[in-house]
Parts: sequence; structure tokens; C-alpha cells
Amino acid sequence: MITLTINGETRNLDVDPSTPLLWAIRETAGLTGTKFGCGIAQCGACTVHLNGAPVRSCVTPVQAAAGQDVTTIEGIGSRATGLHPVQQAWIDEQVPQCGYCQSGQIMSAVALLSNNTSPTDADIDAVMRGNVCRCGAYPRIRRGIKRAAATMRDAAGIGEVADE
Amino acid sequence: MNKWTRRAFISAGVLAGGVVVFGIAIRPGNRAGKVAGLVADDNESLFNVWLKIATDNTVTAIIPHAEMGQGVHTTLAMMLADELDADWNLVDMIEAPAHIEYANYALAKGYAAGGVDFPAFLVDTVDGFFLTATKWMKLQITGGSTSVPTTGQHAMRVAGAATKAVLLQAAANRWHVPYDELTASNSMIHHAGSHREAPFASFARDAAKLDLPAKPRLKTPDEFTIMGTDVGRLDAPAKVDGSAMFGIDAVVPGMKYATVKAAPVFGTRVLSVSEASVQDMPGVRRVVNLGDAVAVVADGYWQAKQALDALAVDFDQGGDETVEQSDIFEQFSRDMDAATANGDEITDFEQGDARAALEGADRVIEAEYRVPYLSHAPMEPMNCTAWVHDGKCELWTGTQNPLGFAAEVADVLDMDIDDVVLHNQYLGGGFGRRAFPDYAIQAARIAAEVHFPVKLIWSREEDMRHDHYRQASISRFRAGLDAAGRPVAWINQYVEKHDPKEAPYIPYAIDNQYIHYAESKTHVPWGFWRSVGHSLHAFFTESFIDEVAHAAGRDPYEYRHDLLASAPRFRKVLDTAAEKSNWGAPLPENFGRGIAIHRSFGTIVAQVVEVEIVDGKAIARRAVCAVDAGFAMHPDGMKAQMESGIIYGLTAALYSNITIRRGAVAQSNFHDYPMLRIDESPEIETHIINSGERLGGAGEPGTPAIAPALANAIFDATGKRIRELPVSLHDLSSEDLGSRDVA
Repeated sequence: MITLTINGETRNLDVDPSTPLLWAIRETAGLTGTKFGCGIAQCGACTVHLNGAPVRSCVTPVQAAAGQDVTTIEGIGSRATGLHPVQQAWIDEQVPQCGYCQSGQIMSAVALLSNNTSPTDADIDAVMRGNVCRCGAYPRIRRGIKRAAATMRDAAGIGEVADE
Repeated sequence: MNKWTRRAFISAGVLAGGVVVFGIAIRPGNRAGKVAGLVADDNESLFNVWLKIATDNTVTAIIPHAEMGQGVHTTLAMMLADELDADWNLVDMIEAPAHIEYANYALAKGYAAGGVDFPAFLVDTVDGFFLTATKWMKLQITGGSTSVPTTGQHAMRVAGAATKAVLLQAAANRWHVPYDELTASNSMIHHAGSHREAPFASFARDAAKLDLPAKPRLKTPDEFTIMGTDVGRLDAPAKVDGSAMFGIDAVVPGMKYATVKAAPVFGTRVLSVSEASVQDMPGVRRVVNLGDAVAVVADGYWQAKQALDALAVDFDQGGDETVEQSDIFEQFSRDMDAATANGDEITDFEQGDARAALEGADRVIEAEYRVPYLSHAPMEPMNCTAWVHDGKCELWTGTQNPLGFAAEVADVLDMDIDDVVLHNQYLGGGFGRRAFPDYAIQAARIAAEVHFPVKLIWSREEDMRHDHYRQASISRFRAGLDAAGRPVAWINQYVEKHDPKEAPYIPYAIDNQYIHYAESKTHVPWGFWRSVGHSLHAFFTESFIDEVAHAAGRDPYEYRHDLLASAPRFRKVLDTAAEKSNWGAPLPENFGRGIAIHRSFGTIVAQVVEVEIVDGKAIARRAVCAVDAGFAMHPDGMKAQMESGIIYGLTAALYSNITIRRGAVAQSNFHDYPMLRIDESPEIETHIINSGERLGGAGEPGTPAIAPALANAIFDATGKRIRELPVSLHDLSSEDLGSRDVA
């Protein structure tokens, strides 16, 4: 039995400790927004936050998350509880096509913006190159991140950093 | 005889009666009745198989196509809603059930059946009739970029317009006013003379009893209020909060998980498998020998995968286990040589006398190109959940071909097709891969062995090694130029012809052309891959015309422009791409610019790529795209499809290389079949031309031209002509380059 917190809720998961966090989230906790893409940390579809930092859940043993805070796409925001600025920007820029990679893309983007509300193109490249999109939504992902960043800066009452 | 085939015969009467797709759209009397129970509740009026109106005035479009990212659910709903004069904010959609009434007539007619017109199907032999019925039963396919030009144009718009007509008639009857004094807008019916208005829903039940007009007048583009606008995609909200349900997300109470390993060499079999080798591993429920694959069923995917990796299994040797990729290309070359030597070339297209013209030419240019096998690699690996119970089989999966999947599963399980119920989900990418039912058949066969539902998930490695691959190919060219540098002869030979037939054809005015091919079968399974034959032939033809232009000492854009004098639609697309890309303007050092144009699925696309060579590697920095699909129903969606097609095609052109080693696919995952990522993704701008010509597709036409535009840009930057893809096979660093051949 592994005890951890998922999206603020304490969960006791009856799962082998070596099981990747991805499968514990999807099959045992029943949260299917986090996706399986490659199983070897090459595509980013399985990205979740562990104590706020992005990790590839397909190669993270569930025991490594024991007693810690896991956040999945379901914990970022929803239409019922209110969308995160990144999710809203994804709709405004019409980012998703097939949509399968977008949970992971959004988790990476949220992590990026939580550390840096004025990311340059190079900052975006450095973080987002870990997330593959076979539909080629990259130009819209870039625009979405910039739009979300502006929204978050406005909400925080801060201006854009001078060097961007 | 299989049960479902007999059923197909019975249903064929319905099929023959409703064969014209307008008929399906406009005759609710019997058609809608058959499907009402599938799609409509008690408080909804079903007008025909494409449309229902609820008492709260919500209009639901019933879309017979799979959503795999191309936006078809939104675009088709727009086409219906606009003709209906519905309030877009009150429009919803559902995907049609996998049911014969929704079988896609136009795709069969225009694409899958090779352009054979319907009357030819009405053959008078029983066998022929069965064959026909079989084909028709299985067609509800999303592919060939056909959804908007066929279903949208001939079903959705007609259904919307015809339904509006009966709503107006019902209002005229109730209000005792002339039909012509009534108007519809925003899901309301208005009578200006008496200042009355009422919602569609208040007339829906009366209107559903009226006969729909057979040929309602469709709007002209100046009357469009929704078509041609940028509404938001209906599927976007569910795709940003994790709530969108893909095949892999299906949850059926009590289900277990399975994963599978097929014989690595295509066409070989399982010799032996030792269930004992894994039966004590945690969570393992069953080992299933499928003959050509083995599966492990366990309480979770990870447990099934661990056990599968540990499973002792021997595979047969089928004779192809010694085949290497180099053998395949050598075989292609041999078979091409033999076809020419033996005079058994298969003519694809011929006009004039190309060989005589070549003899008389002032100069002859020759080149040979080759392209590799490609995997689809959609982000969501193949998966299907199956539950065999009470004489039925239920399937949850994402498929481009739900009826075909149901038919194949019915065949394998010896069931009636009506006992196979397929719940189609969002597709995590399709690109042609999800038209092939192998994974659903496996899931159904595994589920038939157990008494609980089973979710089969392929590993990424299985997905890459057991795809249906875009073919590898070789293409050889000879062109003859006259003294002025104009092409007078075009001879092209390639291996293996696949759909669409026009893929190797060129738009240029060259009087003498001979295009032919040689057969050269391999054991590697073939599949539709985004744009199908266009994906390779555009690279071949648009690279070679570029070589010809350079050999003639001409600018490659201007050379194409001149050769398109009698093809004004092509020329306008080409000119737009050149103009918007600022063709001819100076570029920074280590940059190059290339252009290509190609028509596929009725849509003409020209692209200009600006490439930068960095440390011997090509990076596309900018892509300018001009597209003429007749009319862009959803312009932002069209742009998104061009962006998507460009990045999909760039990924393949730069990196993708499936190779055969010891008879099996050598690559396994994204580390050895790399993907284009955001840091190498170009800025893309798309310019839409609404020519008003016949509608073309959007999902595929963005892909073909990008590989040659890139290769032509690399030539401009480096003087090195890329004649073999992917580009990553070549070192583009300057010391490796030969002298630059630019006139």
C-alpha cells in the first residue's frame, strides 16, 4: 500500500511499489487525464507534478512519490472549478488537435510559468522540447504559453521583464 | 458462410434504396426510424440520420466521422448549422454510431473503390452482389480527406437546408401565413408581418411529420453566416482538462489489462509459449497464444508488461528473417531494371512520345531518389477494450473505420455484425493507422478467452514494430530539355503503385510524358500514411523539377510559374506562396529557400521553406504555405491542418527512417525514431485562397509538398541535392559539400 496525495486528496493505493506512477494514477487512482505515450521518458505525455516540479510519471516508481504531493491535469483546473490561465490560453489559441499529448504539454507549461512569468522563446524551447506533439501544435503551444504568461502577469500586477 | 455476410445481403436492399447519400439525408420516413433508437431521446425530434432538435432548442449534428484532431466534428456541425440557420451557441454534436445507415457512400465511390461509379456495382451475379454488399457494409471510414467535400457538402448541408424548409413549412401551417413570408435565423423562425417569432423546437414535432424536400436550395457563399468563420472547436474544452475520453481511457467495471507481442518477423508464427514461465508473477491472469502473437492478461498494464517481457516464447522462422533493408532497395533496383530490360513496364500515364522526345532533346537530366518506410507513430499507442458477454462483443476503441472493425471482429468471433457494438472514442492521432483493425481483433480474441472485459494496450515498441508502413520506394527520372531549357520529355519509373492514382502526376505543361512502374513485393505490411502515395511522389517530382530548373539555369519558382501558364489555379497558389515568402529576397548566411507545389485530395498547396544549416544539420526556420481547397469552411481549422501537415511531413523528411533488420523493424521507440520538437519547429504562416472551385480536403494536403520544399531549400543553402530521405542520413557541413551548381 502506497500513501500519497493526488490533487490535494490523500490516497492509499494498493499497488506494487515499483509500478510506474503513471499506471498507479491511471488504473489504481482512476485519473485517466495523464497519458501513456512511450514508457521511456521520451515524449512527455505522462507529465505530472511531484511537489510542484514536472516529472515523467512513466519512469517514476510510485514509491518515489510516497508521502508526497502529486498534481495531475485534473488538479490544474476544470470547466467546473475554473480553468487555469494555461488551459484558457489553450482554448483561446485553439491549440489541441487530437489532444492526446495536451495534458502533458499543459503540465509542462504550467511548471514553466510557475517559475518564470516572462519566458523567452529559448526558455519555452528548453522546457517544452520534452513534450512531443504528433499533430504539430507547436506554433500554437508557443502562442498559448505567451498568452497565459500575459494573463498571469496581469493578474499578479506585474509587467513584462525588460529583456524579452 | 459467416453470419454477418448473410446479414449484409439482407441489409443490401436498404442500402440499394438509400444509396444516394442525399436520399439518406432527406428521407426520414424509413431511414431515421431505423436509427432513432440509437441516437435520439423521447424529448428530441430526429429529422434524418444527421440531425435532431431537442425541446430546449438545442440542435445536435450527428457526425459519421471520427475525430482524430482534424476538427471534423466542428467543421461538419458548422456546415449543417449554417444551412439550418441555427444559433451556433445552441449547436452540439455526437458521433454517429457504427451503423450501416451512416456508411460513407462518397468515400466508397471516390476513393476506396478506386473511382468506380455506383451503377457498376449493381452486378447481376450473386457473388458480385455479395462482394458489393460486403464492401458497402464496412464503409464508415474517416480518411482520404473526404469528410468536408463529401459528407459535409452532400449530407450535412442538405440535411440542414431540408430541415429548415420543413420547420418553415410547419410554422406557415400553424400561423396560417405564406411560407415565403417566413425567415429563419439563430434557431428562431420569424414572421415580420405579424411580429411573431418562435424557436425551432416549438415546430420540431410537426415538422418531423412533413416530407423533406428532395433538393433544397443551398446557400451561396455570400449567405454563409457560420461557414467560413472561425468558431471555436467543439472538442477543445475537453482536451485541456483531461476529461476527453480516448480509446485508452475507457473504463469498464471489472476489466483487466493485456499487452501483446507479435512475431517480430512479419508473417511468422508462435512456435511455443511457456505459460508456466510467468504464471507465478504478481497479478498475472492468463497467457493467450494468438498464433501470430502472444498476450498476457493481468490485473494491471504494468504487471502484464513485466510478465510479457519475462515470457518464454519461440517464434517460427518464415524465410524472411534474413532480409535486410539494403536487400529491399537492391530488389527494387533489380525489378526496375528487369521491367525495362524485359519490356514489361506497367504504364501509369502516357502522353505524346516521351522516348522519342528524349532522343531529340538538346540535353538530358537524370536522377534517382529513394524514400524509406515510415511508421505512423500516433501519440496514443494502439489499444482496444473488448468484452465478450451474452453472445455479444462490445468494443471501446478509437478507429477511423468503426463499421469495418465491427465487421472484422464479427468475422473472427463468428458473430452477427449487429452483435458487435463498437463505442468509438477520441483518437489520439490516426494518420491512417487507425483504419487497420489488427488491434481490435486481438482484443476481441483475448476477451473471448476470459469472462471479464479486457483492455489491450500495445507498448510503444509494439506500436512501432507492428505498424502498417508507408512504403519505401525508388523513383527514377529522365527529362529532356530543348535548347531554350524548356522540358520536352518527362520519363519517370518507380516501384509499387498505391492510391491515389494521380499521386505521381505533374501539373506542368510538358508535352511528352511517360510515367511507369514495376512491381516489387516485400513482406513488410503496407498502410495508408498521411496523404498516402502523395507523401513520396511529391518529394520525387518536386525535387526533380527543381533539378531540371537549375539545369536549365532558371530560378526554380519562375521555371514552375512558366510551366503552369495553362493551369491558372496552380499558378495562383504558387505565386501566392512565392510572394508571401518574399521569394528572392536575400537570406542570412547558411540559409536557403526552397519551393514546392502539389495537389492532393482536391486541394492545391504550395510551400516555401527557409532552412538554416547549423553544424551540418538542417533546421527549418520558416514555412510559408498557400492553400486552395475551393473554400475554407473553417479557416482557422484549415490553418491548423496545414501547420499539422507541415510538421508531420517535416518530421518524416528530416528524421523518420524505419529499416528492416533480420526481417523485422529495427526501430522501437522515440529514441531511435525521433520526432520534431518545438525547438526545431518552424514559424508557419498559411494563406488561404478561396477560389470557389470544387471542395478539397484539409487533413492530408499540407504534408506532401513540405519534404521537397525542404530538400530544395537545402540545395539552395548548400548545393547538396538530397536524393534520399531522411535528411539526417546526410552530413550537410560545408567541408562535405561538392561544388555548388547554381547557374
